Amino acid sequence: MTLNVAVMPKNTARHLARYRDDWHHLAEHQEGYMSGADAHHELRRAAWEEFERIGFPVHRRGNELWKYTDLRQVDRIDFRFGDWDRHVDLARIAELVPMPEEWSNLVFVNGSLEHSSGDAPLTRIQACDWVGELADYRSNGFVALATAFLRIRGGSYLQFDRPREYVRPVHIIHVIDGSVGGPIVDNPRVAVEMGDGSRATLIESHVSLTDDVHMTLPVVEIKMGEGAELSHYRYQDNSEKSFHFATTRVLQEANSNYRSTSFSVGSDIGRNDVFTHLVGEYAESTLHGVYLTTNRQHQDNEISTTHAAPHCTSDQYYKGVLSGRSRAVFSGKITVERGAQKTDANQKDLNLLLSHGAEVDTKPSLEIYADDVKCAHGATAGHVDEDTLFYLQSRGVDYHTAQAMLIRGFAAEILSEFEDNELHAFLENQLDELMPALQAASDTIGTA
Amino acid sequence: MLKIENLHATVTDSDEVILKGIDLEVSPGEVHAIMGPNGSGKSTLANVLMGKPSYTVSEGDITVDGESIVEMMPDERAHLGLFLAMQYPSEVPGVRPWQFLKAAKDAIDDANGQKKTSVRQFSKLFDEKVEEIGINLDLIKRSLNEGFSGGEKKRNEMLQMQVLDPRIAIMDETDSGLDIDALQAVADGVNKMRSPERSFVIVTHYQRLLHFVHPDIVHVLVDGKIVETGDASLAEKVEQNGYRDYLAAQRNGK
Ligand SMILES: Nc1ncnc2c1ncn2[C@@H]1O[C@H](COP(=O)(O)OP(=O)(O)OP(=O)(O)O)[C@@H](O)[C@H]1O
Ligand SMILES: [Mg+2]
Repeated sequence: MTLNVAVMPKNTARHLARYRDDWHHLAEHQEGYMSGADAHHELRRAAWEEFERIGFPVHRRGNELWKYTDLRQVDRIDFRFGDWDRHVDLARIAELVPMPEEWSNLVFVNGSLEHSSGDAPLTRIQACDWVGELADYRSNGFVALATAFLRIRGGSYLQFDRPREYVRPVHIIHVIDGSVGGPIVDNPRVAVEMGDGSRATLIESHVSLTDDVHMTLPVVEIKMGEGAELSHYRYQDNSEKSFHFATTRVLQEANSNYRSTSFSVGSDIGRNDVFTHLVGEYAESTLHGVYLTTNRQHQDNEISTTHAAPHCTSDQYYKGVLSGRSRAVFSGKITVERGAQKTDANQKDLNLLLSHGAEVDTKPSLEIYADDVKCAHGATAGHVDEDTLFYLQSRGVDYHTAQAMLIRGFAAEILSEFEDNELHAFLENQLDELMPALQAASDTIGTA
Repeated sequence: MLKIENLHATVTDSDEVILKGIDLEVSPGEVHAIMGPNGSGKSTLANVLMGKPSYTVSEGDITVDGESIVEMMPDERAHLGLFLAMQYPSEVPGVRPWQFLKAAKDAIDDANGQKKTSVRQFSKLFDEKVEEIGINLDLIKRSLNEGFSGGEKKRNEMLQMQVLDPRIAIMDETDSGLDIDALQAVADGVNKMRSPERSFVIVTHYQRLLHFVHPDIVHVLVDGKIVETGDASLAEKVEQNGYRDYLAAQRNGK
């Protein structure tokens, strides 16, 4: 017993006392806490205890999951949880994200639902009795903290059932207004239940109204029933001073098809941690994304798929464009469990480095315990090809324009997978707006 | 219009000299053919004319209408009216042929103080040339040159050349890897473009293309130097005898 205590990692969260105060305050002031109507009280308490035990994963030595991402500055900041209700003009939000009328738009500002349109099958997260089932808070400081502060009001529980056809994409917009005084934390929680044979499109956006320091801890749990199909688009453009640690957990039953396509440009340190668990035969999991970083941004992609049933297909494909002194991490994991025969798994991470100061760490990991498996993986990081630049320039296009064409061309493959026209056009425009910053911080001319 | 004087060029950041003193003058309306053994420097010459950064001019000069272009960027040379149909055109992922060519034409027009071609007008020109050159319509929906066959890439170079309408067209082995129909299409294209104002520098290994496009002047390039210049009959001589005599002479000279 004493031995156990000795090896337990000590909680290193510098502002633990502050988080504890906030947590007690929240726990005691939640409506329903006293009356026992709070369905998640036990979950919240257990998660808090776990966070008290482990804190943030600041120590990277021997911690494969956090090997390349330095969290010391996150730990140093005195973040505050709390109710920061803000009324924000929709017009201001519409400047940050597309909100076409044909979509169901759900606007959360600092965690509270401020506006909704359309016919999204939405209830509060309180109504969901399986929250935390997929996103394990144990040994995960960010999920533990996010779960400990699970709100009673707020959160999104989406239930897509047949026979209804949800033709409108559901757009969940998480807006942070960081001007409330002091760096705040938001922990948007989403639970999605895709009934057998249901189909839907989910767009998840994360944006900041101001360029303040803040932290976002989104946790999204998705249950894919048999034959269900979900296209999940993710747009992350939080303030460049912010920290974004996102966790997505997907459980896939037989014949289900989950497609995730992400576009990550925001935050100082950003992490996109996605795990799909294929437990039914013939399930398909497609995890694609593009990340673009500049200055000193850090973008960490922790992408993992476990094949636990035969005849499943998975495809991880990420592309990065890095400039300035930015860093990216791609850590792609494929696990094929015993008995998961006829697995077809692919993994690819391609990076375009626009500067000598930019760096990417790619870490593929394959664990295969079945013998009849097709599994391919590859990763590259290279500069803009000099011959190709010359080719474009020789036709009359100047260096800058040619470089921009190549960057756009590189990203286009993933961008084209944002199949909604409105969303696609919006992201193309975002890329164009980012182009000057990417190019200004570029110092490579062709391949060295 | 194009004048090359005592041109020496090296591989950038290396001492390797590839072009060892080339003199060549191309007047308006002329078609020059350049022949020579593998590795003699033909593509290097073509690339140096277009300003490829992997080569450095170490001596001599290149002028267009009396103005030195040695310090100019490739795009500035394109604005002056130079065009290079490349031996190995790059594959450009995510860039569509139509969009790219429109951007290139706009850039050239803009540099020359001309109005942009309207989308409708440009499309008309583009479609016309695509049809003339016999380019498969599926190709122009793909990324530029991506997954194109060797011959398809060459046809695409011809499309670009005809749409951009250069004053000095340099063609580096555009005829290699073409089937008979494509060769005919390229020859027809060049012949149609021939005019008293426009010149061509055609790098080729074969007499084939020169049967259709009659050169005014033929040069033989060996080891970075022009060793013989003559009329169209020189091409026939080369085709019959190969480069043995030139190579032997070069060895003896050393
Ligand atoms: N970037 C380079 N780096 C090193 N060597 C080079 C480079 N470019 C050309 N060379 C060398 O210079 C010589 C001339 O090459 P070039 O491509 O100009 O020949 P070529 O006459 O076009 O040949 P071919 O008929 O095979 O196309 C060759 O020996 C080649 O290896
Ligand atoms: Mg050559």
